[in-house]
Amino acid sequence: MNKSISITNVSKHYGDVVALDQISCTVNEGELFGFIGPDGSGKTSLFRIMTSLLLPDSGSVIVDGSNVDQDYKELRKKVGYMPGHFSLYQDMSVEENLKFFAGVFKTTIAENYHLIEDIYKQIEPFKHRRAGKLSGGMKQKLALSCALIHKPTVLFLDEPTTGVDAVSRKEFWEMLAKLKKDGLTIIVSTPYMDEAALCDRVALMQKGRILSIDSPDHIVQNFPHQLYSIKAKDIYKLMNELKTFDSVHSSYLFGEHLHLVLKKGNQIKDLIFSLQNSGIEEIETAEISATIEDCFMELMQES
Amino acid sequence: MKVAVSVTNLVKTFGSFVANDNLNFEVYKGEIFGFLGANGAGKTTAIKILCGLQRPTSGEVKVAGFDIYKQTELIKKNIGYMSQKFSLYDDLTIQENIRFYGGIYGLSNEEIKSKTEQYIRELELEEYVKSMVAALPLGIKQKLAFSVAVIHSPQIVFLDEPTSGVDPITRRQFWEMIYAEANKGRTIFVTTHYMDEAEYCHRVSIMVDGIIEALDTPTQLKKTFKAESMEEVFIQLARKSTRVD
Repeated sequence: MNKSISITNVSKHYGDVVALDQISCTVNEGELFGFIGPDGSGKTSLFRIMTSLLLPDSGSVIVDGSNVDQDYKELRKKVGYMPGHFSLYQDMSVEENLKFFAGVFKTTIAENYHLIEDIYKQIEPFKHRRAGKLSGGMKQKLALSCALIHKPTVLFLDEPTTGVDAVSRKEFWEMLAKLKKDGLTIIVSTPYMDEAALCDRVALMQKGRILSIDSPDHIVQNFPHQLYSIKAKDIYKLMNELKTFDSVHSSYLFGEHLHLVLKKGNQIKDLIFSLQNSGIEEIETAEISATIEDCFMELMQES
Repeated sequence: MKVAVSVTNLVKTFGSFVANDNLNFEVYKGEIFGFLGANGAGKTTAIKILCGLQRPTSGEVKVAGFDIYKQTELIKKNIGYMSQKFSLYDDLTIQENIRFYGGIYGLSNEEIKSKTEQYIRELELEEYVKSMVAALPLGIKQKLAFSVAVIHSPQIVFLDEPTSGVDPITRRQFWEMIYAEANKGRTIFVTTHYMDEAEYCHRVSIMVDGIIEALDTPTQLKKTFKAESMEEVFIQLARKSTRVD
């Protein structure tokens, strides 16, 4: 498979703060690749480096054959970038923004309209409205249209779904799936662990380091423990009680359950018995498979 | 059950736009109440009204027993508030922030001193004592912001997307803090976009286009909507939205 992006040993510091610590990773052509991690894990720094807006302290990045350092002029023609913060011209209209971005890249809306049609037609009825007056969802669609209008080969989306409600998030991912079909390489970052499942491959990031790179299925299959869900009549009591057991490796709230891992050599039935003796009522347990979030927390705990 | 918030026929309009369309609900003392809705559904407007920052167009609202029209200052003394976007001053230290908020809420010097020591100990902030809040990791900042939001022991605390972008372990520690406060009898009014967090609430309301479309326990909501998760419930309801969001 052809590589769209090669990142080799990239580090970035801001004063004493280590934003990126020896990151290496490759993305294949046509792949939908996710960088998954909380705020402060280094996602935005990495995106700015990959789009040539920030220089790494060390290491190299090649995007679609162009080195972000020496070939940045070439590179910028080939990448589309949607930053985490709305960065269009608030006092220009929807249409003016799009024309502007097309013009900067020496193209026209007409020439590449087919690329943005699905997305842009949803906001076209408001094309004379100022961008600053759009709602969150419409701003996002405009920003995506502007990032696509010069026909990039690689699209970078930095936290496109942060602070967005569950329905709009779902719709946004459906749009990405369509774009991917056209062969575009898409790099997306998100703090929502459940969105990892929608990517071909993901890199789980924490504190400037990559904890794991793989397909979401593989990451989940490689969870190293038997995972249990457990609930009781009073989940708060159960949660506090579980903290007092030496046999518990980890226990985390998960919806209406807790997810539980026991230390090696311990049996769930012994734990249930002890919990019952401590006055925990209506205990229900089940063996379950891990989610990406379970894996992420396990990897965080290990590091 | 003791009522902490009661809302009767609440309407808020901006010109011809109806942000809150006849809301009716109660929140009980010690309850963790999840206030969910799509972007633009009217949550922020409702929260501003409940915090005494905006007047309703019509309807009756009581917060902590006080009237929203006549006793807004008393409401402000009896509630706490934190949001993802703004809660602490980045260019003040931890101690200065605690001192500032403690001072605003009229705590004595002694109380402020003991709260400061308590928070630094409980949140394990020793290594950050001298740093500006800007230098704190987001998770720690949000846990501190929550502690500061309840520094004056308010009856109710409003949390507006308190865990956005926080790592998954800290997010859960944050919810353990919420549980602990609710267990002390404090009422928690919380918004979130994480649907697993909706399951942690005692009851959840879901707003669509200015209307409360559903309000119940997570278990009952899942039954009613024949859904596996709160995310499914939410998507079923929010898909009905006709607002051009």
